[in-house]
Amino acid sequence: MDATTIEIRGITKTYRLGDVTVDALRGVDLSIASGEFVAVMGPSGSGKSTLMNILGCLDRPTTGSYRLDGQEIGTLSRDGRAVIRRNKLGFVFQGFNLLPRLSALENVELPMVYDGTPGSIRREKALAALSSVGLADRAHHLPSQLSGGQQQRVAISRAIVNTPSLLLADEPTGNLDTATSDEIMGIFQRFNDDLGITLVLVTHENDIARFSRRVIRFRDGLLVEDAPVTGRRTTPAQGGTAG
Amino acid sequence: MNLLSAAKVSFRSLRANKMRSGLTMLGMIIGVSAVIIMVAIGEGANQRIAAQIASTGSNLLLVLPGSTTSGGLRAGFGSTPTLTLGDAKAVGKEVPSVALVSPTSRSSGPVVYGNQNWSTILQGVSPEFLEIRSWVTVSGRPFTQQEMDASAKVCLLGRTVAENLFGEEDPVGKIVRIKRAPFTVIGLLEPKGQSPNGQDQDDTVILPVTTLVKKLAGSAHSGTVGALLVQAVDGDRVKEAEREVASLLRQRHRIGPGQDDDFNVRNLSEMLALAETATRTMSLLLGGIASVSLLVGGIGIMNIMLVSVTERTREIGIRMAVGARERDILSQFLIEAVLLALTGGAVGIFLGAGGSILISRFAGWSTEISPGAVLLAFGFSAAVGVFFGFYPARKASRMDPIEALRYE
Repeated sequence: MDATTIEIRGITKTYRLGDVTVDALRGVDLSIASGEFVAVMGPSGSGKSTLMNILGCLDRPTTGSYRLDGQEIGTLSRDGRAVIRRNKLGFVFQGFNLLPRLSALENVELPMVYDGTPGSIRREKALAALSSVGLADRAHHLPSQLSGGQQQRVAISRAIVNTPSLLLADEPTGNLDTATSDEIMGIFQRFNDDLGITLVLVTHENDIARFSRRVIRFRDGLLVEDAPVTGRRTTPAQGGTAG
Repeated sequence: MNLLSAAKVSFRSLRANKMRSGLTMLGMIIGVSAVIIMVAIGEGANQRIAAQIASTGSNLLLVLPGSTTSGGLRAGFGSTPTLTLGDAKAVGKEVPSVALVSPTSRSSGPVVYGNQNWSTILQGVSPEFLEIRSWVTVSGRPFTQQEMDASAKVCLLGRTVAENLFGEEDPVGKIVRIKRAPFTVIGLLEPKGQSPNGQDQDDTVILPVTTLVKKLAGSAHSGTVGALLVQAVDGDRVKEAEREVASLLRQRHRIGPGQDDDFNVRNLSEMLALAETATRTMSLLLGGIASVSLLVGGIGIMNIMLVSVTERTREIGIRMAVGARERDILSQFLIEAVLLALTGGAVGIFLGAGGSILISRFAGWSTEISPGAVLLAFGFSAAVGVFFGFYPARKASRMDPIEALRYE
């Protein structure tokens, strides 16, 4: 297997807003190897969200090449990208984005509903994913019955349930207090360390970025800094029950 | 995503908005029940007409003797006895489009039994008559060809005559006197009720035409009959039979080209066919008007689905992010719309059936719930769901996941 998960060459992204064209990305090269933990930083409008959308196969670049596990993504159809998202990617959002009418367990089952996994296996895998974030006992709660930290843990379970090649987290701690944020970051670290899941995380906060191993910074659509993390943070109580 | 889990997802989201789903279904319920009731009323009317046709006999021609002109005074049809028993036999044997023929002669007079008497219509016919009119005996038997050939003094009583002379007693085997001559009652006819023009068809006595002509009607027109009742082979050949009977009779009566017929062939089925066409048009019209309300119900579904799609933009975004393809989203919303339409349709069918029964009970209209109409209404509701659900569902499936996730 190719050790390089993500291979990006000369990616640009141009939006047209009426008569104005906005260059969100202006030629980005980036390689992320399997098992890396990368924090993406930069001010608003720097292009980091656009990069995340492209990495997450929600959008495609205007020009340039994006290979995920050696497969060219840029030219895939909408449905082709949906299948990639289903099989190879996991998303964690700032706003959790759980379906409010489904229980925690059903939310975690969602990606498998679309790949035709039989119900019993779906349930089993979803429960295992919830257990891995310490939420097995909340499986049948609705999102509204869970705290913010717990909801984000459900969202993480949903993201990893299909054992993705790449986990993308867009400011996953943006809505959480410091203690809960640290706890969530501990979970990410554990998945990265123990299971070798490749992680790309967008954050505004240096404290959060220091949980990763490598920080890249964007400014005006360009990658301006790419450096390993010094003084990496770890949490002792990883995947705890508090929330 | 398989169909079952898609249906489950759809069912849950419908249940989450009970009030809204219920009101949307109401449109379908009203539409479908209106269609069912209207079609039931139309079908009921059709069946009544069909029953009348059945009681008269189908594909019938009546041949009446011709008119004569004497001294500038034109008598009506039937005034001159030109039709004979021989004509009846010939029509039956020689015209291929004719199935059955019965000569008929009418007279009237009192029928006496014991100290009871009853004046009624005496119909002299051949054994084919009962078959043509699809009439059967409820007790006893019809008379035979032998009895006709022998001008036997046997008769069949209609229900009204039997009730007036015999009460509850079984008349079969009894002797009645018709115009003083003794006749053996050999059968009691099944009650037929009123004819389309209000006559009591059971107030009659039926006997062999030969007996009537020779022994009751006097000797004046011996060998001639009042009319011929002709049944064509089937409905498509009535016109053909009409032509062929006329040409045979012209030949038999030696009527040269250019001369007027001395008989007249009438198509008895035409009036009823006309009535049938009228009710059929009526029921189509009623069904058509009711279908408009189905259409309105469908628009209601489309409206609510559009609202629902907009409301659930974020849900759609999330589903897309975790890997739902266009067709997954499309089928989810399409199934939702079809489920709405079908549930509404099913409830509408029950309400419509109930309504039809109530109408026939309280308004006294005959209604007939046809399985065809029920199936059609159900299929139509599914089609309405697909048709009106498709646009909103496609709109949902074409959403940009990034935009959808950002939607507040």
